[in-house]
Amino acid sequence: MKCRVCGKPASINLRSYKTALCEEDFIAFLEKRVSNTIKKYRLMEEADRPVVAVSGGKDSLSLWYMINRIGYAADGIYVDLGIEGYSGRSLGKIRQMADILRRKVYIFHVQEALQRGIDGIAKAIRRPTCSACGTIKRYIMNRICIDKGYTLLATGHNLDDEASALFGNILYWKKEYLWKKNVLLEGKEDHLVKKIKPFFLCSEREIAAYAIMKGIDYIYEECPFSKDAKTLTYKGILNGIEESSPGTKIMFVKGYLNMVKEKGGEKEDGREGRYCLQCGYPTFSDKCSFCRLLDRFGTGCAVEFDQYD
Amino acid sequence: MRVECEGNTYEFERPMLASKLLEQLSLSRETHLVVVNSKLVTEDHKIEKDDEVKLVRVVSGG
Repeated sequence: MKCRVCGKPASINLRSYKTALCEEDFIAFLEKRVSNTIKKYRLMEEADRPVVAVSGGKDSLSLWYMINRIGYAADGIYVDLGIEGYSGRSLGKIRQMADILRRKVYIFHVQEALQRGIDGIAKAIRRPTCSACGTIKRYIMNRICIDKGYTLLATGHNLDDEASALFGNILYWKKEYLWKKNVLLEGKEDHLVKKIKPFFLCSEREIAAYAIMKGIDYIYEECPFSKDAKTLTYKGILNGIEESSPGTKIMFVKGYLNMVKEKGGEKEDGREGRYCLQCGYPTFSDKCSFCRLLDRFGTGCAVEFDQYD
Repeated sequence: MRVECEGNTYEFERPMLASKLLEQLSLSRETHLVVVNSKLVTEDHKIEKDDEVKLVRVVSGG
């Protein structure tokens, strides 16, 4: 198979685009797609100060690397969940990337703040580990942005993440979530930072290929709590369809984005949004979920972060 | 050829196409990338018997 641009041997076959590209041309192709996504959806302006939510995996490290490379200087944020072995190895990969990029990374240690790791917290509050993890990550990432003056939080969610989440929302007709996904999620001044997903239209396969080509050293193993996640089942089903009908995932997600333009303004749950009386984070009650966790397990101190630079 | 995949190592005596290797291990080209001697290759690439191969799973997350 030859590269469609230069005729050299191809490194990747992109069946959904009916093309094959060599390493050099694929890197240019993917970076251009991300640049175009940023411009088309107005994800970042010149005055913005972006920060990337990093986990140590291929998507977040590739995003951090790529947006710095294409001209958007961005620091990183890592939430250390206190998962024995796994969290430490992830942090090692992140520090390595911070050194390469010469950017700062903020680190929040769950174990230090809440006196236990994520599995201990989940058991104590009788919630699934991934749900407790989401609550803490969303809060901490937002808090760092507000406290440190970042105007945008970029996450590594990719086409497959979005397609599988959408698939799950449709399967169970979760109307409260169905029209809330987008490339850009608006913030609320002084309370909630704007979130962007520059990889929304890039597949996992493309991002993994980029990471390999760029020699990005990411944590290959899965989070031990995600192995039974439904998302992985949905991704398997969608990849089965993609195998026989290339381009299905991108059409599914792009079709959704077109529909969300019409549906996005609709209020689905009817609940009135408020702000936490303790910290100002958006909530539906007097106190947000994270402040309730701090009350129950915290040291009573202010939320603190390590800074690696 | 020596093939590494998700913590397992396999040995194959004869050269074969990358697509055939994926098929032999019941893997999909949508979920695994084929890296030969540290370079990513397409499914029609012929893997020689002395090559070092790594099959990289691309699906992640919960």
